[in-house]
Amino acid sequence: MSAGGGHALLLDRGNLKRRKRFSALVGAASTVAALLAVAVLVIVVGSVLLKGVEALSFHFLTTPTALFNEPGGGISNAIVGTGIMVGLAALMAIPVGLLVAIYTTEFAPERIAHPIRFALDVLNGVPTIITGIFVYGLLVAGKQQSGFAASVALAIIMLPIVARTAQEVLSLVPATLKEAAHALGIAPWRATVRVTLPTAAGGLLTGALLAVARVAGETAPLILLSSIFAPRVLTEPSEALASIPIFIFQASESPSPEAHTQAWAAALVLIAFVLVLNIIARAFYARSRKRMGA
Amino acid sequence: MDSRDPTESPIMTEQNPEPQADPRTGPDQSPPMVSAVGEPAAKQQRRSREIGHVELQSLNAYYGSNHAVRDLSLDFDSAKVTAIIGPSGCGKSTMVRCINRMHEEIAGARSEGKVLLDGLDLYDPQIDIVAVRRAVGMVFQKPNPFPTMSVFDNVTAGLRLTGASRSELEDRGREALVGAGLWEEVKDRLKAPGVSLSGGQQQRLCIARALAVDPEVLLMDEPCSALDPVATLRIEELIGELKERVTIVIVTHNMQQAARVADTTVFMLSGELVEVGPTDRVFTNPDDDRTEQYVTGKFG
Repeated sequence: MSAGGGHALLLDRGNLKRRKRFSALVGAASTVAALLAVAVLVIVVGSVLLKGVEALSFHFLTTPTALFNEPGGGISNAIVGTGIMVGLAALMAIPVGLLVAIYTTEFAPERIAHPIRFALDVLNGVPTIITGIFVYGLLVAGKQQSGFAASVALAIIMLPIVARTAQEVLSLVPATLKEAAHALGIAPWRATVRVTLPTAAGGLLTGALLAVARVAGETAPLILLSSIFAPRVLTEPSEALASIPIFIFQASESPSPEAHTQAWAAALVLIAFVLVLNIIARAFYARSRKRMGA
Repeated sequence: MDSRDPTESPIMTEQNPEPQADPRTGPDQSPPMVSAVGEPAAKQQRRSREIGHVELQSLNAYYGSNHAVRDLSLDFDSAKVTAIIGPSGCGKSTMVRCINRMHEEIAGARSEGKVLLDGLDLYDPQIDIVAVRRAVGMVFQKPNPFPTMSVFDNVTAGLRLTGASRSELEDRGREALVGAGLWEEVKDRLKAPGVSLSGGQQQRLCIARALAVDPEVLLMDEPCSALDPVATLRIEELIGELKERVTIVIVTHNMQQAARVADTTVFMLSGELVEVGPTDRVFTNPDDDRTEQYVTGKFG
């Protein structure tokens, strides 16, 4: 072990084999964990696919739910209802979320921006049933359920998602671009609208799409706010509207096996929608990152 | 600054006895300003006077409690190139950023003292800070064209927001690209994204963008440090051509560059002005020992 002076440090002190084995073990464990995570997704999507595909048909997608979940119905009213409620929620939450994000990243001093970010993070963590109860007390108690009340609850859930992702993306816009705009004598608000926002546009869209995808499947508020409705296609938000998550919930409680299969099919529709939105959102985000790195 | 009232032309009405020749006031109030090549006559008239004269009086700049520029008084020659040299952290960039009031954009940064442009204190509370940047342009170390805009839109970015007409935009954009020595290279690619150009071209694009607004002073903060030697040489040639139109202040780490392009050289150390004088003299026969040590490379 004592080969000439300086080289002694380079020699194996006897634990190299053990260290190599440990390193290989940790490497293997991490790989297994990663595969497990992917496997879970594959299993979930796979089982929904397998169990639901038989009930999936054009008729299924274009016929409203039958009375008392009798056979022969479909989910057209649920699709329309989800579309309307999520659409209204997006209309409310996305502009507000974007404006909050612009305010906190571009104009507010840090001592104001920090508590706002914190409040948004806390709001993000509020269990959705609580949001549901809150809106219930506000808009439904003493009156009746409505699609609009559900939209409000969904908007509250969406807001922190839109705002936080928008903040992240806006703060990624290189400061040198904003500097360049200011140094040209462009007023700060104009620089934000003409330079910062277009540069971050891809990422902002991503945040909006992810928020929509998340909220399309939120069930707890819908149970409280929009779960008792007639079995036909309704479009008036002042009444309770059907929705895919509620359909899944109610159909899975029914004793009939056909209803169960329909529940799986509806779940398949929902997951397909969420997956597609996520993929599109990621594509926009990648494009946006590329632009900012250029 | 969106007003096009000729009696309220950007920030220096009191010093400017001939209100006619201001391109910022828009097409209806001044004589036809732009020709495709060469400088409009009215502008040449302006140049013959002391335009773009910057003077610093007891300038102090801070980042929080860090006193970055100490009691600096300096008179820049108009229509000449002044180089600011000094070791890293000596306050060169800070001082230059005080001239176009970009320093105060940084959180916690502030400055005291006066910065006079043609005799007008830019820190006067009545001054429109956005207009200051139109009169004093800046080019940064790393080229920063706007990624969502084409080459041409980049050049005219500063102009579009004052409601200039379409044809005026085209004329002034073209003029700026010619002035920056970039027209021949990009005239067939005006619609290409600004970021598709090479590094040296992007920096010249940024120079064109700054020139399009027709500033009196152009501040350049180490404009060549991110570029290869060929691009650097091209820009140094450009600086030589531009100095007749704008007063140029260039911060540089590269003493040879200062020796090549600058008429006057300023040496700063630890936030203080150590020496200022004609470039030749500062490099070959400086007054101050510290200057001598720096230019001979004893420290850097």
